[in-house]
Amino acid sequence: MTDETGTTPSRRALIGWGGAGLALGAAAAGGAAAALGGGADDTETVADSGAAVPFHGAHQAGIATAVQDRLHFAAFDVTTDDRAELIALLKEWTKAAARMTQGHAVGGGAVSDLAEAPPDDTGEALGLKASRLTLTIGFGPTLFTDKKGKDRFGIADRRPEALIDLPAFPGDNLDAARSDGDLCVQACADDPQVAVHAIRNLARIGMGKVAIRWSQLGFGKTSSTTPDAQTPRNMMGFKDGTRNIAGTDTAALDKHVWVSGKAGPAWLAGGSYLVARRIRMHIETWDRTSLKEQEDVFGRDKGEGAPQGRQHERDEPNLKAMLPTAHVRLAHPDSNGGARILRRGYSFTDGTDGLGRLDAGLFFLAYQRDVRDGFVPVQRRLARTDALNEYIQHVGSAIFAVPPGVRDADDWWGRALFS
Amino acid sequence: MRAARTSVVAAISALATITAVAGCAQKSDAKDSDAVQVTASDDACEVSKTSFPAGHVKLAVENKGSKVTEVYVYAPGDRIVTERENIGPGTSASISAEIKTGSYEIACKPGMKGHGIRQKVSATGKGAAAKRDPRLDKAVAAYRAYTQQQADETLPVAQKFADAVKKDDLEGAKKLYAPSRVGWERTEPVAESFGDIDPKVDVREDGLEKGQKWTGWHRLEKSLWQTKKITAADHDLADQLIKDLKDWQKRVGTADITPTGMANGAKELLDEVQTGKVTGEEERYSHTDLVDFEGNVEGAETSYKLLKPVASANDPELAKELDKQFAAVVKLLDKYREGEGFVSYDTVTESKRKELSDAVNALAEPLSRLAAAVVTK
Repeated sequence: MTDETGTTPSRRALIGWGGAGLALGAAAAGGAAAALGGGADDTETVADSGAAVPFHGAHQAGIATAVQDRLHFAAFDVTTDDRAELIALLKEWTKAAARMTQGHAVGGGAVSDLAEAPPDDTGEALGLKASRLTLTIGFGPTLFTDKKGKDRFGIADRRPEALIDLPAFPGDNLDAARSDGDLCVQACADDPQVAVHAIRNLARIGMGKVAIRWSQLGFGKTSSTTPDAQTPRNMMGFKDGTRNIAGTDTAALDKHVWVSGKAGPAWLAGGSYLVARRIRMHIETWDRTSLKEQEDVFGRDKGEGAPQGRQHERDEPNLKAMLPTAHVRLAHPDSNGGARILRRGYSFTDGTDGLGRLDAGLFFLAYQRDVRDGFVPVQRRLARTDALNEYIQHVGSAIFAVPPGVRDADDWWGRALFS
Repeated sequence: MRAARTSVVAAISALATITAVAGCAQKSDAKDSDAVQVTASDDACEVSKTSFPAGHVKLAVENKGSKVTEVYVYAPGDRIVTERENIGPGTSASISAEIKTGSYEIACKPGMKGHGIRQKVSATGKGAAAKRDPRLDKAVAAYRAYTQQQADETLPVAQKFADAVKKDDLEGAKKLYAPSRVGWERTEPVAESFGDIDPKVDVREDGLEKGQKWTGWHRLEKSLWQTKKITAADHDLADQLIKDLKDWQKRVGTADITPTGMANGAKELLDEVQTGKVTGEEERYSHTDLVDFEGNVEGAETSYKLLKPVASANDPELAKELDKQFAAVVKLLDKYREGEGFVSYDTVTESKRKELSDAVNALAEPLSRLAAAVVTK
């Protein structure tokens, strides 16, 4: 980090930044293969530009978009049973999201002309740049059929087959108050205030129709969708997610992330499936684990991040050089019949728990074309044999179908599902 | 209980000014010939002039009737500008006050009861009075009557509660505790605007300032439910509570109530629910939070209903939403009714509390837009 932030950028690099911003936009909007240009500084420099990521496009922004620094993820319960009301809310949310992602305030702004009334926008993002804010919506299984089996919105028959109720995995210790949800919104931005502002305003607009069920703040992205950038470290100090699907690799995205028109319901074509897991790390016990064991658990060295037996971070791993229980070995596509997922997780720390232990870990977010041959088999294998399990626990879980992008100003989140 | 509110906080300073002036009629620099002559009888209230210059105004009252009377000067919305009680038959009294440009009413109340016999008057002078919507003046006057009525009805119940405490009747006092608070809870934003009374009657232990003696309802709540013993000190606290509530009853009519203040007061009542009742903090010993909850909601709904004619003309969608969300909260509260009151709040689970909180949010959010909707376009 010090190398990257401490260096004064050259003029050439400065010129490069603007270009990177545009390229990102193109990637988000059309999924076009847009090269990010060389250099490990790209994500950072784009962040500094405060650029806006286009809201409209074939896919929702916030999936293939180069991962921003900060996250506010919120899961909502829909509290109304009225289909028209839900649709009206989705339209209103879309309008607000389109404004906020472009750096504009909601509705009449943060300062209204009437002193006695609260302004439309909550105001904490006033004067801040768009900061590459993306807002990505997902629909949970309970939106289609609620927990009592009721088809509240007349869409039960539109529930995709792949939107399964996730099976119980060994070692799970899931808290219902941090799991599930009828809807989710993932807000990613390079400025935490911008991400929080977005969720807060959507929640406010939604009151009476939806209520926040749980939410999670994240920082320090733990995986990269930009292959030329250094892989960030997780809270255990390791680089994890090096082999992630790149946001620019359209072939891999089409194969592993985007739902095709043939494979799923038509309303979801161009969308994806999202699995969210709150993974608590037993930080204190990890910190007193020997370096050798730490490296064996991951199957990487801690300093460079190279797979065991290799030199560099991105060298092709030699799985056989790792312990059979090593995390990298078990998670690798070669161990899972080629299954690949696009990870977009963030570190979190919510202070300390009642015992003074750091309440920290990984808020795991993964996008994939089908969870049944994406997250599920990989997690099954990990839950059973991963050496890392001694130091982690899955404490929250949710799954969502993520609709395709909002095409233009007349389109809205979920239009194809509700039309 | 909270610190004084901004929306109705003006009451405190206004009151200070009025009492100071009303109490020193002798120092008036208005000449007697300039005074407004008020001739009160058992069935009339005559004034010598209906228009006078704004500023220091003196009323020379003469009671020619057979009943003891009192004379009030009301600003629009029935805010008491000044008043004089106990003017006996055949006696005279002098009242003075600082009166700003605008319309007022002078009322004589033979027998010291009721709405009074009223005369419209106006204070004239520099700066035209702001244009006023008579529908909103009516709403404010009706709301002021409501706050007075709530205070009037609270006193006898509070007296019974105090009597039970003084008789060491633990169970009797417990039953009367929550009902004695309802009138206060319904009109809390106005009640709290009396920054000197509120900390005496409704403060919780953690709200005490250093050196402040803990008095009022919640101190007695702790004795009744936690230590389960009534002491001699509690007898004195019961007397003190009644004394402070009488002070409230006497002064409630002077609160500065405006239409937007009413609208925001309604929202503040929901804030009270959200921050104090839903969490179970308000009634931590008695767990009667749902009684307060209902009182706050009823008070908010009263404000809203009074403002609704204007609000629904300006923003029909908002009025529709508010009707719906008030009904939803009341329906949800109905689930918890038990006997004449509600179930003990410690029996309400976290997930049920969240459901209540969500319903309060669903109501309070549109309610926060009521003030904008009552401002005349």
